[in-house]
Amino acid sequence: MDFKKEVRIVCGWIAYFGDLLLRLLWHLVHVIISLFYFTLGIANALESYLISWGVLKRYRSLHVNKLRYLAIVVESEEAYETSKIIALLQWLADIGVKHVCLYDMEGILKKSKDFILAKVDGAVLYGETHENNKLLDQTHMTLEFASFCDGKEAVAKAANVLFMKYVKSGATDQNQKGHIFTESQMSEALKTIGSGGPEPDLLLVYGPARCHLGFPAWRIRYTEIVHMGPLKSMKYGSLIKAIHKFTRVQQNYGK
Amino acid sequence: MEKDGINKPARVLWRLGYFLRELIVSTLSVGPIPTHVAFIMDGNRRYGKQQHLNQGGGHVAGYLALKLMVLYCRELGIKYVTAYAFSIDNFKRSPEEVRCIMDLMVEKIEQELSQVDNTFSRMGVRVHFSGKLELLSQPAMDAVKRLMAATAGNSKALLTICFAYTSTDEIVHAVQETCRRKLAPDQIEGKGNYVVKVEDIEKHLYMAVAPEPDIIIRTSGGHRLSNFMLWQSSNTCLITFSQLWPAMSCWHLVWAVLKFQRNYYYLEKKKKQM
Repeated sequence: MDFKKEVRIVCGWIAYFGDLLLRLLWHLVHVIISLFYFTLGIANALESYLISWGVLKRYRSLHVNKLRYLAIVVESEEAYETSKIIALLQWLADIGVKHVCLYDMEGILKKSKDFILAKVDGAVLYGETHENNKLLDQTHMTLEFASFCDGKEAVAKAANVLFMKYVKSGATDQNQKGHIFTESQMSEALKTIGSGGPEPDLLLVYGPARCHLGFPAWRIRYTEIVHMGPLKSMKYGSLIKAIHKFTRVQQNYGK
Repeated sequence: MEKDGINKPARVLWRLGYFLRELIVSTLSVGPIPTHVAFIMDGNRRYGKQQHLNQGGGHVAGYLALKLMVLYCRELGIKYVTAYAFSIDNFKRSPEEVRCIMDLMVEKIEQELSQVDNTFSRMGVRVHFSGKLELLSQPAMDAVKRLMAATAGNSKALLTICFAYTSTDEIVHAVQETCRRKLAPDQIEGKGNYVVKVEDIEKHLYMAVAPEPDIIIRTSGGHRLSNFMLWQSSNTCLITFSQLWPAMSCWHLVWAVLKFQRNYYYLEKKKKQM
């Protein structure tokens, strides 16, 4: 009995030290990965400065016409940094990007909309270009502001619009097996409630992780999603690189 | 010296490989392990061309890669695996290619059911198909239903194969089903409740069988979701590998899990905020 007890105690100690070793190994692996990303960050920073100074030839010409609509997702805590947002928008205006959608989950950017529009030269609110003067969008940058409520909740509102139409039409035979709604009807319903913006070609994520944070699902079917890192360390060269890479992408759209 | 037809060096290598895999799994398990990993299996055709395979050879290689990924996920304790096998947009491909993919799917299902190669059953994996399955040919639909029924009792993991699937179709279908349920004479919430909520739509999504994915991995260097799980991926770690899907290895999965672990606390915070 004593021998069995001793064996159990020894096994317990082996398991304890084994677990400790595994934890140390796990932490070591993550420290190595952090060092890797730190080194990569320095290399990317250097590259972005070279791009900004025009040293790297291939980034000198940018076919920005291919980028019809750009979306920027910002981590909500960083969305309070309106000076950074304004600087980013100025860079985009200098590059020649005409239509930008700014998104953050909590709607901080929406609240700062008037301030941002006032500070960015030549920026107008998306939607006003269509109401007032179609030529405006040739020379001005249009800005759209979106948040989490423009995603799933907007789809639910659009669903209610479709549902009411369907009920009023009288075609409410519950045995109907066919399709009662189509994707184009959903798109129209989303436009009706004011959440029918265009699909961005490129979505830049400024935050700790590559994650779209609830950007309206209906609009990102074939959108290229690129992680730019935190907003506080945004660089002009990285922006050029991301847009340049996008202009070289080829999509099959399923074919 | 050979035993059971396997020579000694091969057995030693196998044991070393097994020990290494156990060590990797044990080390990774110190941190949070994702509950649900989704794969966009891009690059089968290009792989087939690169390797000079016959038509459909790339897709066969892709299927083998999927089986291996499911095995690695099982070893890591990942309960839900989803694979984007065939989009509604893929019906635009040539009829020969579409037929080849359907025939391959039926062939592999028959092998699984006849126990010639019943990897998923032996792993205790339940196989579920999500998508607009009425677009499939009758033999394909029958094979799919039989496989789902045959593996319904398995509970170690759930493999969801998105076939004839797009996220926008899924959302419209969910809205449609929600409205049908609200108009049904036996609906529980009370007559005249014609208000559609987000929760109602989520209950009727094709992917309601699984929680939201923790990681979506896309191969072949693409940085887009291609109409895959757009609704469910608000807080998902999106990872792209430049390798073609059939060339995926367990190291790619290990790297993806490590990236997930690095972002875990941030993504959990975001989930709580929503």
